[in-house]
Amino acid sequence: MENSIAWIFIFPLFGSVACAILGISNRKICYPIAVLSMAGSLWAGIETLRQVLSVNDHTVSYLFGGWTLDAYPRGVGIEFHADILGILITLVVLGVGLLVSLYSKLPVEEETPGKEPLFYTLFLLQVTGLAGICLTGDAFNLYVLIEVAALTGYGLIAIGSNRAAAATFNYLILGTIGASLYLLGVGYIYIKTGTLNMVGIHDIIVAEGLADSATMQVAFVLVGVGILIKMAFFPFHAWLPNAYSNAPTTTSCLLAPVVTKVMIYVMIRMVLSVFGVEFSFESTLWTDVLPWLVVVAIVCAAVMALAQREIKRMLSYLIVAEVGYMVGGVWIYNYYGLIGSIFHVISDACMTLCLFLGAGLILRKAKTTHFDGLRGLFTKMPLTMTGFFIGGFSIIGLPPTCGFFSKWYLITGGMVSQRWEYMIVLMFSTMVMVVLFFRMIERIHLAVSESGENLGHGHGDLGLTDQQTRFDEGPLSMLIPLLLASAVVLVVGIYNQEVVSLIEVFLSDFNLPRGEGIK
Amino acid sequence: MSTPEVTVIQDIRPLIAFVAPLLGVIGIVWAGEKRKNLRETFTFLVASIQATVVLSMVPLLLSGTIVEFHVWQMFTHVPLLLRVDGFGLLFACVASLLWIATTVYSIGYMRGLHEHAQTRFYAFFAISLSATIGVAFSANLLTIYFFYEMLSVSTFPLVTHMQDKEARTGGRTYLGYLLFTSLCILLPALSWCYVWLDGGNVAMDFLADTGKVGSFSETTQIILLILFTFGFAKAGIMPLHSWLPGAMVAPTPVSALLHAVAVVKVGVFCVVRVYSDIFGTEVLQQLDGEDWMIGIACATILISSLIALSQDNLKRRLAFSTIGQLGYVILGATLATQQGIGGSVLHIAMHACGKITLFFCAGAIFVATGKKYVSELRGLGRKMPVTMGAFMIGSLSVIGLPPLGGFVSKWYLALGALDRGATWVVFVLLISSLLNVFYLLPVAVTAFFRNPADDSEPEIKEAPMACVIPLSITAIGCFVLFFIAGPLVSMVGLTD
Repeated sequence: MENSIAWIFIFPLFGSVACAILGISNRKICYPIAVLSMAGSLWAGIETLRQVLSVNDHTVSYLFGGWTLDAYPRGVGIEFHADILGILITLVVLGVGLLVSLYSKLPVEEETPGKEPLFYTLFLLQVTGLAGICLTGDAFNLYVLIEVAALTGYGLIAIGSNRAAAATFNYLILGTIGASLYLLGVGYIYIKTGTLNMVGIHDIIVAEGLADSATMQVAFVLVGVGILIKMAFFPFHAWLPNAYSNAPTTTSCLLAPVVTKVMIYVMIRMVLSVFGVEFSFESTLWTDVLPWLVVVAIVCAAVMALAQREIKRMLSYLIVAEVGYMVGGVWIYNYYGLIGSIFHVISDACMTLCLFLGAGLILRKAKTTHFDGLRGLFTKMPLTMTGFFIGGFSIIGLPPTCGFFSKWYLITGGMVSQRWEYMIVLMFSTMVMVVLFFRMIERIHLAVSESGENLGHGHGDLGLTDQQTRFDEGPLSMLIPLLLASAVVLVVGIYNQEVVSLIEVFLSDFNLPRGEGIK
Repeated sequence: MSTPEVTVIQDIRPLIAFVAPLLGVIGIVWAGEKRKNLRETFTFLVASIQATVVLSMVPLLLSGTIVEFHVWQMFTHVPLLLRVDGFGLLFACVASLLWIATTVYSIGYMRGLHEHAQTRFYAFFAISLSATIGVAFSANLLTIYFFYEMLSVSTFPLVTHMQDKEARTGGRTYLGYLLFTSLCILLPALSWCYVWLDGGNVAMDFLADTGKVGSFSETTQIILLILFTFGFAKAGIMPLHSWLPGAMVAPTPVSALLHAVAVVKVGVFCVVRVYSDIFGTEVLQQLDGEDWMIGIACATILISSLIALSQDNLKRRLAFSTIGQLGYVILGATLATQQGIGGSVLHIAMHACGKITLFFCAGAIFVATGKKYVSELRGLGRKMPVTMGAFMIGSLSVIGLPPLGGFVSKWYLALGALDRGATWVVFVLLISSLLNVFYLLPVAVTAFFRNPADDSEPEIKEAPMACVIPLSITAIGCFVLFFIAGPLVSMVGLTD
């Protein structure tokens, strides 16, 4: 289909309107609408990927409102611009959206009874916003779409408990500061270049040699810091753990895997396509400074994750650490680091999804996600636990999960640029993640309390009643998305070459260092 | 292992040997606790399939054919490739044959003690064996790393089988050591090789890329050698050995197979691979600091033997004996001569057969009497003659007396030391053999020749047949290995 790129947005956008209107008379209809819109949107996304791959320059452009790109500098108008990177991340967003919408039936009904129309309206708008961020070709539209995603995100989090509302307020303030900084930066860019179109901005920076312009430098810093705040890069992470751990199950399943990752995408887009490799890496200090901030970020986030005794909070801090991985992968400035970063965006979304879907199932059956309530869950819900720990092993980076391969490229990148501090901190956080997940496995598998007392009477007695350990899996509508997500983690790992070769095609347009051999 | 006139054929058999146990897991879990006999039939079935497939490749190898199977392209230049060469096949034969023996033994042991969660036990056992075969047949460094990690994780539920406090401590030490070394020592070394060798276009293949690390500077080579030697912590080289005695909290069949055959032998096998097929003897012999690695191996041998002397707990004594014997294998690799490396691969097989016998006996004693300590064994020889007889044979094989298997490998190790011109190593071997005598023989001697402390003990009989038969078979195996040493020696690329 020719205009599939537009259909990516039409499905969820009109789906959300349908939810809002039809939901008034029949609340049950929202769930199928959400699932169908997500499925349609994903199909359109796959169709777009096919188109992108079939054209020579690997970009597909769609102009809303019939304006043209012929003028120089490129004019201002709504352009959706799909290249390989954009459409890959869009597919991740849409895939996550589809699985979470499938999963959402019971949690939404139970946790926010009566609010289904509202919830699904926000849900679909959120996905529209996130997919839009990945595909827009205009720096100002990007701001608008970031705000669309953020505002619906606030709603989706606050719809839960009172504590969630308080967390949302925190998120709202930091999110707004971040977005404002970004907007200010875009303002500077517009003053200097006279256009908002991403390709146009880049053309002018190159043509007029704006690399040394103080205005552009300021714009770069404003845009960069704004994005870092939005992606919860340490020390701007304070909003994230509270927001995600207090949010309703479905919300955290949707937001946690994709929101921070999409912001990483925005950073990569700005650095590579808008400001350009030369500007971003050669004429700013970020390449020298940011890897060290990444070291601090990863260490702090990993240590804070260690201090948590509740699954969703622990996972939230893990996300902050993973953000550090990806930011580091970009700013160590070489080909392999960027492959690693982009691939890690994809694989981290898959494995975080796995973990949050699993945490939702645990919450439903064990009534808690605190570590103390985990004992005996392997006997009670073996499939859920298998799915959950496939995600966990991927975070640790055990082969053949996708986490191993992305980490491999990141380590390679650190080695090629000889940023040993980055490599060492990757090792450190890997070890922390081993501790995090095997500590959970211990809690689930062994009959020992935290202080080291035996709780059972030997021979595998867990000190629980038969009732507590009887086989009792969660409902299929929640279990199947989890198992699909864990299958994706494995499949993306096994077929990593296919994904990486796409990323390589994308990166071949940029002049990135590949390192010279050292002895 | 690079003899020029070999032919390479593509065949799926290595993959079958790897996948069969994984498929078996489905059957094992499906049969479950309620259909015990069916479940054990499944284990038995896949173990036999694996052994048959592995053995069927022996004639091919002896006639100079190497079997390969390309599974999947991991990276552009690095495939997940299985290849059956002499080293790998010998190790695979040992592992898969001893798995059958262990299965029989497990049935006796686990049922005799009414252990819990036997389904989980058999399932993870099968996964571990699958990973072991994977390591044996790996054709490049990254492939071997995959299976190495798979083994670390899949043995964790076996080590913590008891699910109590002691198991937690053992499990933590186990994973702490193994994952720390593999993720923080081994992985950087691996990426170093893959990134910098040949402009990043190298697969680190064991056949094609031998000696390429020689293009690094001397310092880098030494650092890599150290990282690889200690990164494979399953090899139990000192000071990274403490996980092994800790992992003895596992049920005896696990200790027997995993800590005498699969896990630790995977460790030393990987080290041997790195020494012989990544560095290669020529590069190693020109490397100045390499002598230090010989020293570390010798120190491991002697220190662990001395510690073993002081252990009263039988399984712990055997654990330290294992560390010492692993030191032999490492020693052979560090000698960097054809004879030495051949000897160390032989020692993997010879020691496996001897040590599994000893562990089986320790377990059989525990099942029959509940005794764990050497000092409690007085007079047991008269009540359990078969078990203690097998223990005697196993001890003699580990010590290295003819006509038992252990003699052959030690002989080649000594030849390797002489080839290298390191006469002092021969003395280390002699002293260590003496120490072996001191810590192993008293066990059997106490059992046979000393009177029991008091006769009022309840009637003691032999352990169940399912325990006694496998340990008799492995004891006989120690003799057999001596007499079929010829083909084995040619399998590892040596001539008599």
